[in-house]
Amino acid sequence: MSVITYSEAGCLAVAEEMRRDGRVWALGEDLGRGGVFGQYKGLVEEFGPERIADTPISEATIMGASVGAALVGTRPVVEMRFADFALCAVDEMVNQAAKARFMFGGQARVPVVIRQPSGMWRSSAAQHSQSLEAWYTHIPGLVVAAPYTPADNKGLLKAAIRCDDPVIYIEHKDNWDLEGEVPDDDDYVVPLGAGRVAQAGDDLTLVTWSKMVGIAEQAAEMARARGIGIEVIDLRTLWPWDQDMVFASVEKTTRLLVVHEAVQVGGFGAEIAATVAEHMAHVLTAPIRRLGAPRAPISYAKPLEDLLRITPEKILATAISQIDV
Amino acid sequence: MSNNTSHNIDRDRLVDLYRTMRRIRAFEEAAEAASLSGQVGGAVHLSIGQEGIAAGVCANLRRTDQITTTHRGHGHCIAKGTDPGAMMLELFGKAGGTCGGKGGSMHIADFDAGMLGANGVVAAGIPIAVGAAHGAKLLGEDRVVVCFFGDGAINRGPFMEGLNWAAIFELPVLFVCEQNGFASTTHSDAVTAGGGANARAKSLGIEAFEIDGNDVAAVDGLVGDLIPRIRADGKPMFLSARTYRLKGHTSVDPALYRDQDLAAAQWQNDPLARAAEELRRLGLSDGELSAIDSAAVGEMRRVSEAAEAADHPDLAHAFDDIQDIGAPVWEAPA
Repeated sequence: MSVITYSEAGCLAVAEEMRRDGRVWALGEDLGRGGVFGQYKGLVEEFGPERIADTPISEATIMGASVGAALVGTRPVVEMRFADFALCAVDEMVNQAAKARFMFGGQARVPVVIRQPSGMWRSSAAQHSQSLEAWYTHIPGLVVAAPYTPADNKGLLKAAIRCDDPVIYIEHKDNWDLEGEVPDDDDYVVPLGAGRVAQAGDDLTLVTWSKMVGIAEQAAEMARARGIGIEVIDLRTLWPWDQDMVFASVEKTTRLLVVHEAVQVGGFGAEIAATVAEHMAHVLTAPIRRLGAPRAPISYAKPLEDLLRITPEKILATAISQIDV
Repeated sequence: MSNNTSHNIDRDRLVDLYRTMRRIRAFEEAAEAASLSGQVGGAVHLSIGQEGIAAGVCANLRRTDQITTTHRGHGHCIAKGTDPGAMMLELFGKAGGTCGGKGGSMHIADFDAGMLGANGVVAAGIPIAVGAAHGAKLLGEDRVVVCFFGDGAINRGPFMEGLNWAAIFELPVLFVCEQNGFASTTHSDAVTAGGGANARAKSLGIEAFEIDGNDVAAVDGLVGDLIPRIRADGKPMFLSARTYRLKGHTSVDPALYRDQDLAAAQWQNDPLARAAEELRRLGLSDGELSAIDSAAVGEMRRVSEAAEAADHPDLAHAFDDIQDIGAPVWEAPA
């Protein structure tokens, strides 16, 4: 084990997979200087500018060329810089990468990892702060992962690079400097589709992902002081999501709260809530609740921006309202 | 540059080019009939009138070279070596189609023949072709990629992005712009500013050529010069080929938005008629020409009949090849 940051863990995952498989390469804007957040630091020195490729600011072609390069046998790690900018490449992600395998009758695969730094950090306003993961869960053909811990950022990114299907890989921008213990083993892989119980508890199941895991853990600590046990499940992968883990937890706690930073309307929390309602109504002792952002663009001004953030206090209040029912 | 023209091409080579064009024409006519009769359900975009480009370009490619094409791509597939039988099964949505019946006319692909897929989105094949060449370069594989698209595609962003990308990364791509005069049902020149496709390519430092795309021998001759240069230098080139879409945007489009007399006159410039005339000049008899014609028509009649008789794909295939994890599981009806 080594204590490293979320950013370093991602960097390590790419480096290890590039050493392991000569077909893996990374491309995107500013990768040669380590990536805009430093998540490719040192890689060009080891692997050279062909495999750590600096591209023009051409998101559609960064993505589209990656599809072409994947179809002929390479395994691109595609850097989209900001999830917001990946919207310039939606045709290439949704109509091309996600569809090629199916549409061509299984003749080809598109093993690309599409890294999308996401979420609110500080004063970045409406075009640099969004959490759009739910959109991609809606698209057949895509896997969607959103790690929270540094260890998961290593293990899940390695799994994503080894995956033969396109993976939307959501890294939270507020997590880059988060430190944690990360296994040194260069075969440390976290399987896609498997959740993680971040904190055990008996009274309420809280399902979340990405940066909200940390906020939920704070809320669970505050609840514990009041004698309330919140079980925090870090979903880690949104599609496919770990239904078995969530069902088993709800079976035990009989209550479900889903928390995400994204806008609540049409968020992935709705899918989880609906699925649990459809299958587990008989065990529920309280209405299912969701906690997401209001359906408002994210403001630049700090107090307005903060208004949209999910806080431990908001989570705790919602959880208590469910338990007091 | 030693361009072949219709006046100095080898007779046997022109016979081969003519045969390819005739097979494409016969396939398109069979597809048109099947579309109009309702046997083929989806949109069918015919390349009738544009066969000279497909035949002339692909005759200069190796099987390991690769192409991307568009919604109007049947001709490119046949010229690159895809089996028309599998293509017609695909149009009919039948088992045994190039994509198992799951893609249809706009998504035919045949990776064994270097056909990396038609595309339902205009200009979407451009970044994919560029990426295929980028991948080949990374893997150290000796391949040229030809990217076919129409004049409607040059006003989409991926056109500029893709050309720029091929230029800066020095990728072995031949961009082939089939200038058929239409962007869907709108005249291309009415919606295109400046000097058009070649001017845009040249502005990015890409060597660009123009040719009469309905002169198959000329296309063959020019592309025969360009492909070895691309293979040797690893740099992209651009070819604008003038042609005319003799049919509507789709098989069911009567194309009443164009001058009917002008459209009718374009049949005088039919690449097949022009090649046939040249072959007669080179001594081919009417009997020899009609033998090629009837062989092509017979072949495509047979593939249509076989497609009509074939079975639809097994229902379980609706959920095949989506993704390894997280795909729906098909359950047979009780």
